Amino acid sequence: MAEVALERVAKRFGDVQAVAELSLTVGAGELLVLLGASGAGKTTTLRLVAGLERLDAGTVRIAGRDVSRAAPAERDVAFVFQQYSLYPHYSVYDNLAFPLRSPLRRMAEDAIRRRVGEIAETLRIAHKLDSRATQLSGGEMQRVAIGRALVREPACFLMDEPLSSLDAKLREDLRIELKRIQRELGATILYVTHDQIEAMTLGDRIGVLEAGRLIQVGTPRELYERPASVVVARRLGSPPINLLPAALVGQIVPAAATLGVRPEDIRIGTVGLPARVAAVEALGAETVVALDIAGTLLHALISGEADLVPGAGVHLELPRERLIAFDGAGRRVVGAESLPA
Amino acid sequence: MSPDTARSVVEPGATAKLLAAVLVAAYALVALIPIVWIVLTSFKTPSAAIAYPPSVLFSPSLEGYVNVFTQRTRQTPEYMASLPPPETWYDALVRSRNMVIAGPSRFAERYWNSIIIGFGSTFLAVFLGTLAAYAFSRFRVPLKDDLLFFILSTRMMPPIAVAIPIFLMYRTLGLSDTHLGMILLYTAVNLSLSVWLLKGFMDEIPREYEEAALVDGYSRFQAFLKVVLPQAVTGIAATAIFCLIFAWNEYAFALLLTSGNAQTAPPFIPTIIGEGGLDWPAVAAGTTMFLVPILVFTVLLRRHLLRGITFGAVRK
Ligand SMILES: Nc1ncnc2c1ncn2[C@@H]1O[C@H](COP(=O)(O)OP(=O)(O)OP(=O)(O)O)[C@@H](O)[C@H]1O
Ligand SMILES: [Mg+2]
Repeated sequence: MAEVALERVAKRFGDVQAVAELSLTVGAGELLVLLGASGAGKTTTLRLVAGLERLDAGTVRIAGRDVSRAAPAERDVAFVFQQYSLYPHYSVYDNLAFPLRSPLRRMAEDAIRRRVGEIAETLRIAHKLDSRATQLSGGEMQRVAIGRALVREPACFLMDEPLSSLDAKLREDLRIELKRIQRELGATILYVTHDQIEAMTLGDRIGVLEAGRLIQVGTPRELYERPASVVVARRLGSPPINLLPAALVGQIVPAAATLGVRPEDIRIGTVGLPARVAAVEALGAETVVALDIAGTLLHALISGEADLVPGAGVHLELPRERLIAFDGAGRRVVGAESLPA
Repeated sequence: MSPDTARSVVEPGATAKLLAAVLVAAYALVALIPIVWIVLTSFKTPSAAIAYPPSVLFSPSLEGYVNVFTQRTRQTPEYMASLPPPETWYDALVRSRNMVIAGPSRFAERYWNSIIIGFGSTFLAVFLGTLAAYAFSRFRVPLKDDLLFFILSTRMMPPIAVAIPIFLMYRTLGLSDTHLGMILLYTAVNLSLSVWLLKGFMDEIPREYEEAALVDGYSRFQAFLKVVLPQAVTGIAATAIFCLIFAWNEYAFALLLTSGNAQTAPPFIPTIIGEGGLDWPAVAAGTTMFLVPILVFTVLLRRHLLRGITFGAVRK
């Protein structure tokens, strides 16, 4: 498995700057997740790596080789598409065998049979090999689509929301399965999703895209605890981070305009900011409490059941060291955590 | 709901199905009357064919079919009596009308011309149309919209409006009354239909199908053959039927540009009537046989026409 490097890559479609000034390196054997809202340029980035779109500017290197001008077939990548990945006129077996029958890397039929059998076993679709692609359930199609990429041993895998159409249970199963396969193969994967749970659990590192720009790259922990901006802070965490005007809490850092506090960091008690309980949502192991501070709504996540009723008056403690301060432009102000309380 | 009454909301009820079936049958009956008339007439004798009121039940005769394939001469009764007994059933049939077979007619030749020109031009129009439609659908072609409009504009007036220039041009180029000339002409007329229809079908095929193949190590052309063509079969079949119907039935150009060598069946069939009086059964027999290839072709491709396009493997 090989390293993939993008250097100042750009792509524009008419008036839309789909990808701008994007530099990113996916280490050999690393799973890097690209996270971003719809239209952020995630798919375009993958397509640029695969050679399905021509670069406007910049360089793409795979295993150290400049492939910016190379045809898709020469780049030795495998792509799992967001949709339409199976050929309806082929059986599952032929769909899986298709990449191995390409003129560039033709294998003997019995080698193909062995390889397809292995992959089908791993993805638990062996009993469906003779079915037509159109006769599969959504989850089975998705597994075949992933299998089509896994049959090869490419320099890197590009996966565009491969689990998006599955139900929660299957998605979780496949996520774990995919992570295991990736570790085993030591596969380099550039993985696109807009599901933050997938990003947090799957990614060795996460890159956050916003309007075609890469605004932060780091480990899931780094991004969660030290987001570079309000946008990144909002992307990760469920329920999402609370953002309050700094004036409401009192000046902590001079430059701070907005303060972010994670729902799990809010402590409800008898001292601190006065607030009113707006709603209580019990999730079983945890409870989400909506709180109203002078018209601003906050969400607190507390473990177990909360003994609170809507309308009750409470006090909130917002631990200083857990507050994340952002300036007027939404960038994080460094050093807020280290100030004395 | 018990299982035997459960049905999908999009599935029509029994009454609706019956009503639809009755309507379709009634329409088919009306639409089939002229064809039935022609087929019946082809099995009548010339006098039965013009009888009034027309007979629906009659003893069938193959005289029309014999006449369409032969040229006959009328003889004196003395000459007829001097002949040896007829060797074949069709000799006997012709002699019963006081005639003898002078030789084969040109019908078989004309029919063969129709087949070569009809299927040849259909193949060319669909072949070129498929390639052009793929290019227009997938590549950034300079002036794409103008080119597509230009291609369509060739159909904005009836083709016969350019008959004189084509007639002169063909005479100069030596294409008059040749198979090649007629194939090229029908291809040119059908190409705009073929490009536009097929572009519609190609646009419906997700690019991801080919892109997956490209990434997997196939060339553009291999991806086209392995992935796009199988998906486009429905569209190609439908287009081929339209093209064949036009080329097969075309009358005006065939009448104008062909006379001997490359004449097709449509301008030939009406001339049958002149040979030996009002020979309606022979005309009907020619027409009946003329209908067969289109019918067979359409029935063979029916599966593709009805199947529609599969969007089955779409993940959304
Ligand atoms: N072929 C194209 N032609 C024109 N605009 C395009 C094309 N492909 C993408 N775009 C535009 O580029 C931007 C980025 O698109 P992209 O598909 O990369 O988004 P994405 O992050 O994958 O979104 P999603 O999560 O919805 O899949 C969008 O504004 C989109 O409209
Ligand atoms: Mg996308």
